[in-house]
Amino acid sequence: MTEHEPLLEVRDLSVAYGSDRGPVVAVDHVDFELARGEFLAIVGESGCGKSTLLFALTRLLGPPFSGEIIGGQIIFRGRNMVTLSERQLRSIRWRELAVVMQSAMNALNPVLTVEAQMRDACKAHSEMSDDEIRRRSEEVLRLVAIDPMHLRSYPHQLSGGMRQRAMIAMALLFTPELVVMDEPTSALDVVAQRSLIVQIKELQAKLGFAVIFVTHDMSLVSHFSDRLMVMYAGQIAELGKTRQVFDKPLHPYTSGLLEAFPSIHGPNLRLTGIPGSPPNLARPPAGCRFSPRCPHVTAICREREPHLVDVEGDAVRCVLYNGRAA
Amino acid sequence: MTFVLRRLGFFVVTLWAAITLNFLIPRLMPGNAAVAMMARYRGRVNPDALHALEIAFGVNNHQSLLSAYFSYLGNIGRGRFGTSLTFFPDTVSHQVLQALPWTLGLVGVTTILAFFLGTLIGLVSAWRRGGVLDGVLPPIFVITSAFPYFWLALLAIWLFAIKLGWLPQNGGYDYTTTVAWSWTFVGDVIRHSILPAFTILVTSIGGWILTMRNNVIGVLSEDYVRMARAKGLHPWRIMWNYAGRNAILPNLTGFAMSLGFVVSGAILVEFVFNYPGVGWMLLQAVENQDYALMQALFLLIVVAVLFAILVADAATAMLDPRARDVR
Amino acid sequence: MSAPAITTPLAPAPAAGSGPTEPQPRTTVGANLLRAVLHNRKAMAGSLLLLFFTVLAIFPGQIAPDDPQAEIYLPGLGPSSHHWFGTTSYGQDVLSQLIWGTRQSLLVAVAAGGLATVVAVLVGVSAAYLGGLADGFLSLVTDVILVIPIFPLVIVIAAYEKNAGLLTLTIVLGALGWSYGARQLRAQALSIRNRDFVDVARVRGERRLYVIVFELLPTMTSLIVASFLGAALYAVLAAAGLQFIGLGDPNAQSWGTMLYWAQNNEALGSGLVYWAIMPGVCVALLGAAFALMNYAFDEISNPALRPLPKLQRR
Repeated sequence: MTEHEPLLEVRDLSVAYGSDRGPVVAVDHVDFELARGEFLAIVGESGCGKSTLLFALTRLLGPPFSGEIIGGQIIFRGRNMVTLSERQLRSIRWRELAVVMQSAMNALNPVLTVEAQMRDACKAHSEMSDDEIRRRSEEVLRLVAIDPMHLRSYPHQLSGGMRQRAMIAMALLFTPELVVMDEPTSALDVVAQRSLIVQIKELQAKLGFAVIFVTHDMSLVSHFSDRLMVMYAGQIAELGKTRQVFDKPLHPYTSGLLEAFPSIHGPNLRLTGIPGSPPNLARPPAGCRFSPRCPHVTAICREREPHLVDVEGDAVRCVLYNGRAA
Repeated sequence: MTFVLRRLGFFVVTLWAAITLNFLIPRLMPGNAAVAMMARYRGRVNPDALHALEIAFGVNNHQSLLSAYFSYLGNIGRGRFGTSLTFFPDTVSHQVLQALPWTLGLVGVTTILAFFLGTLIGLVSAWRRGGVLDGVLPPIFVITSAFPYFWLALLAIWLFAIKLGWLPQNGGYDYTTTVAWSWTFVGDVIRHSILPAFTILVTSIGGWILTMRNNVIGVLSEDYVRMARAKGLHPWRIMWNYAGRNAILPNLTGFAMSLGFVVSGAILVEFVFNYPGVGWMLLQAVENQDYALMQALFLLIVVAVLFAILVADAATAMLDPRARDVR
Repeated sequence: MSAPAITTPLAPAPAAGSGPTEPQPRTTVGANLLRAVLHNRKAMAGSLLLLFFTVLAIFPGQIAPDDPQAEIYLPGLGPSSHHWFGTTSYGQDVLSQLIWGTRQSLLVAVAAGGLATVVAVLVGVSAAYLGGLADGFLSLVTDVILVIPIFPLVIVIAAYEKNAGLLTLTIVLGALGWSYGARQLRAQALSIRNRDFVDVARVRGERRLYVIVFELLPTMTSLIVASFLGAALYAVLAAAGLQFIGLGDPNAQSWGTMLYWAQNNEALGSGLVYWAIMPGVCVALLGAAFALMNYAFDEISNPALRPLPKLQRR
């Protein structure tokens, strides 16, 4: 298989913000790549840094996700996003890189119609005429199975599922190369969640864009993502092909997560939670950050912070595998 | 539609409350001022003035409280507010209508100006959070918003009228000029309104700036603003269409509540400047115990406030599509 | 296949930099407030000013050089080391009048503000807690009083009772100035009322009153304090304004009456500038003290408004 240029390369990215208790590093030296058309899921608990990572990637940090990129590179289609100015970024935004957010009720401007919000984006990046804009808007709405008459609706007049799909439609106005999604299904009920993610996969197949999908619900993406990244305390704990991570989780945190929910088809196992709570990132623990809660903790874990190591195609940050570089 | 009806219903209730207060207060005061007043004036004041007072109090010795109340309501409904003692023998209604344009011009214009200017400054200063504008203005305006209106008026008079002699310190216009639609007259009116307008503007703008700034800061952390940035929209567009249009909404509702301050400020400013508006006339009426005039002016002020609230509500409905759909 | 979210049964991750979201236990409410005040520059400035005036109000006799009413000096003197702000048209020392006047002005502010706040808490919280018809009625009354401009109403009331004393003024202002606070408190009480800890208390079998006083109110402390400050500010300005236009007791010893007499004697025009301006300065300063603390309390109860902490690079 010929190696294509990766669409996105994140090298050693770190994000920190100031607080009353001193600087807090929310994203700590994160490294990964994304190929064209790939579906990468990022999972983790609240506060693990996944949303901060997302907004750092898209250079959208600001209240309430405050913070600054303090190190590393984000190379998107050959250009380092960290060093680009706002004006330069603007030419990339939406044309090549689009964002879908968690709650469409909050992410859509309540005082503008859907049409107006789509027109905003079109006018900002192209010379399309009003007619062309309207036709394109109708086209993307049909893509997500929404009647184009809703162009004239206001966000509060649409149902939750429709709003979310309208946001996705808006993201596809310029058929970008990468669509970044921050928990787009959290605000929906279970049935709508699944149908939305199925729709995203269909669109992906049709239009060929890559997806970074942030969620706290691992099971949701288990059948849909190509690769899975598990984050903990601002670091990557494990990163590998989805099926592989599910079938053979390497990091104790990942196994803990998988054991926390029951499988409908599998044997009737006892549910276990992970004791303790995530660390205070203003003062992270010495050594491995997961050590206070790890069932396989050893003395070395508390002294040395482990690096990401590749084990049979699966990257993992755990002392257990430090001796087994692939 | 029901929303509109409920609002109108509220206005009617408020108006009714104001009228009833006008009726009840003199009776509730120790010594029943109404009756005492009437007894004092009987025989010493000519019948017309007496009649004016009767209307003002709804007093007619031969009626019970309840029927007195209803005939009072009837008189108000028919616009019969009586004869003014201060400006005898002119009717109260006529006098009130004379004062109205002065206050509308001065207070109305400056309040609207303060609202728009203040909102704009608040928007820009919050947009550039941490900038020079934001660091300097809010503390200054927190302090100026606590200034008593009349004190600033006195300061302004002392500085600009007495010390520097640039502007007149009194009146709505120079009483020696003829009242006509001539340039001299209009120019004169404007000259006389500069200091009062300046006073009102400076004192009231602080509140708008601060509330708008706080609103915008709240809005800036909303997802739709981040979304607008993600879409790569021009910052001005985001500031205006996304942040501004949403942040101004609570300000509009707050406009209604701040009218109380505006009114009290207007009365004091008119007093200090002897500006012939509604507030000044109210105080004259109090001075002369011209209760008929006083009550009518009070009612007028309440109506004006209700009208302003109506306008603010309409503006909200226009700007916020969610308000239009409220059940 | 569906599954519960990954948040395993644990305490939520500490969100650095945000204000307390859990209800504060009673014992530390006061300590928390104190700490918040000490850290906020505006609150410090406001409190110092307030302290300054309180001292003046408590010990006027020791601080003021003269009896404020004593007409013993030459009238119309300009400022000098003997009379920092000169003398009035009646030969009284302006500085002494200012110092003695503090007491009444501060008293009106605190008393009227306190009364208004008490009524606001009663009306607002009851409306939120009782709900239904009671809420509808109370809200209507609140809104009507909110809309009817207080100042003209007080003028009308004072017109029937000429030369209203300080007590009347205080009661009237307190009895009319609660509506804004009541609205805010009702809104907050409504949002808190549905929080878990309230339900927990109810399930425990606590009586309604207990739940209101010991569970609801402590979480609303900063809003109540902010309400009080706002009401006090309004009372200071309104009382001064009313006395200025002559509706107070002209023999009272307060800043507003000083302004009244100054205005009556054409102080500005005849060059007795300090007599005309200084009482206003005092009113403005006291008002500013309340306003600053009010603004600071807004910041304390809403962390988003605080100045953003800068990221220090190592």
